[in-house]
Amino acid sequence: MLRTFRLSAWLGWQIESNWADPFLFAIYSMVKPVSGAAILVVMYSVITNADFESPIFPYIYLGNAFYIYVGQMMTGISWAVIDDREHYKTLKYVYVAPIHFPTYLFGRGVARFIIATISVVITILFGLIFLGLDINPAMVNWPLFLGSLLVGVLMLAFLGLILAGLMLLLAHHMWSLGEAVAGALYLFSGAIFPLEVLPPALRWVGYAMPLTYWLELLRRSLIGSVAEAFPTLANYSNTQIFGILLGLTAFFGVLSFVVFRFCEHGARERGLIDVVTNY
Amino acid sequence: MSRFSSSVITPVVYRHFRKNTGWRLFIQSVIARAYPRLIGQQREKSWMFFDVFLPLLAVSAYVFVYRAIQAPEEYVGFVVVGGAMTAFWMNVLWSMSSQLYWEKEQGNLALYIMAPNSMMSILLGMALGGLVATALRATVIIIFGSLLFGVDYQVSSYWQLFLIFILAMVALYGMGMMTASLFLLLSREAWHLSNLAQEPVYLLSGFYFPIKSLNFWVALGASMIPLTLGLDAMRQLAFPSGTSLGFLSVGVEIAILVVLCFVFLLGAKWLLAYMEKLAIREGRLTESRR
Repeated sequence: MLRTFRLSAWLGWQIESNWADPFLFAIYSMVKPVSGAAILVVMYSVITNADFESPIFPYIYLGNAFYIYVGQMMTGISWAVIDDREHYKTLKYVYVAPIHFPTYLFGRGVARFIIATISVVITILFGLIFLGLDINPAMVNWPLFLGSLLVGVLMLAFLGLILAGLMLLLAHHMWSLGEAVAGALYLFSGAIFPLEVLPPALRWVGYAMPLTYWLELLRRSLIGSVAEAFPTLANYSNTQIFGILLGLTAFFGVLSFVVFRFCEHGARERGLIDVVTNY
Repeated sequence: MSRFSSSVITPVVYRHFRKNTGWRLFIQSVIARAYPRLIGQQREKSWMFFDVFLPLLAVSAYVFVYRAIQAPEEYVGFVVVGGAMTAFWMNVLWSMSSQLYWEKEQGNLALYIMAPNSMMSILLGMALGGLVATALRATVIIIFGSLLFGVDYQVSSYWQLFLIFILAMVALYGMGMMTASLFLLLSREAWHLSNLAQEPVYLLSGFYFPIKSLNFWVALGASMIPLTLGLDAMRQLAFPSGTSLGFLSVGVEIAILVVLCFVFLLGAKWLLAYMEKLAIREGRLTESRR
């Protein structure tokens, strides 16, 4: 399994990065996340006259920055199905090879994890340099930050596996599934606004999602006082939130394998493992 | 005498399988290429969920950002309209511009070139098929978004609104046809370049905020993308305070969009012919650099 993971990670990195020279690839990695963050910055500036001192700004900015992982990880793992099945037409060979197929898909997501990490770092640096984002490295709770990040990435990989399973049953033009789901979860995760802004009937969706707790922990570890100023999870300690995140990650871990196996069985029954769709 | 005697069968065959040429062939090719786009949507019903419902939720997230920072309610309407129009940009980017790259990878591109129809008709078919399917998605987002968030429209001129939408679409899909020809020369980088053009255009074209909020010269440069002026003009016409937040007057924006329609459609025709020749000369039509 470890060898499968290592080799598929290497393959994924080659596919993602070797289409351009390193300079162009660096620009590519920078422009997209900075533009995404700039949309929110402009929206915020227009309404608040660029009041970047308000605690809501770092809340929005950091939530959006770390949310890059969500789109990239979920898309990376699920897109590998379409890429291998319809573009390279190698999925059937990979599938019949003596490897653990979900591990192969996890490995393919590693490249997107690396690209997402570069994007997150660039976005936060942009905020620190140009927008006065106030993160003091000496005040950062590093163990909490690294622990949350690690568990969160695992949780995102499980969500990606669920989507990869669904992708086995869908046609090529569903290529945007990962981004579409990530875009939809943007609404419920409290990434760019506190959950209190949502109508009460929708808030429970946010509370049931691990992303909410993950983003809260990352914010608390980087800028504790600001993050705790919002009432969403103010009554919970860091340990309690970390416990909830672990529990939900374990739940989604089990769920992801059950869903993936179910979809995989359906794909085999319907002869979809090597289907090619185009329109 | 055989029952399949040519004297009996020829008129029937001719009637049913007449070889069209000229404008008949052009129209036939357009319909033929648009057909799988529309039918493809029907065969995969899940698109209703993934292509309509999920993007609606994504648009809602931006609405709640405005609510969180207590923006005037009209901005909610701006987001709903802008969010609906993202569907067209995504369609042009992924199903027009980079489509020829996919066709090349699938082996269809060489067949398109060999067939006696023009490539313009293929691209126009793609555009029309994609436009109809995408218009449905955008309409659903507008209707549900408006109902969910109580968007208040006060349209000052319906005919101008309709005209601007049509002009923006013609210019946008003309641009898609033009860039598709550039993608003839590309390989794997096509996918990445399309990916790269997503967020920066959302930013520069003001999908979620009035384009006037940007620097004048930046906004002017972004006006090369037809959706920038199309969105700005539609917001001016559909919302009470739209005029005060407009970048240029509606009349000027209509005039620029008309120019863009001609530029992009003529540019597409010229560039397609040029790129096709270049791709044939350099042997890139069937290459597959993976």
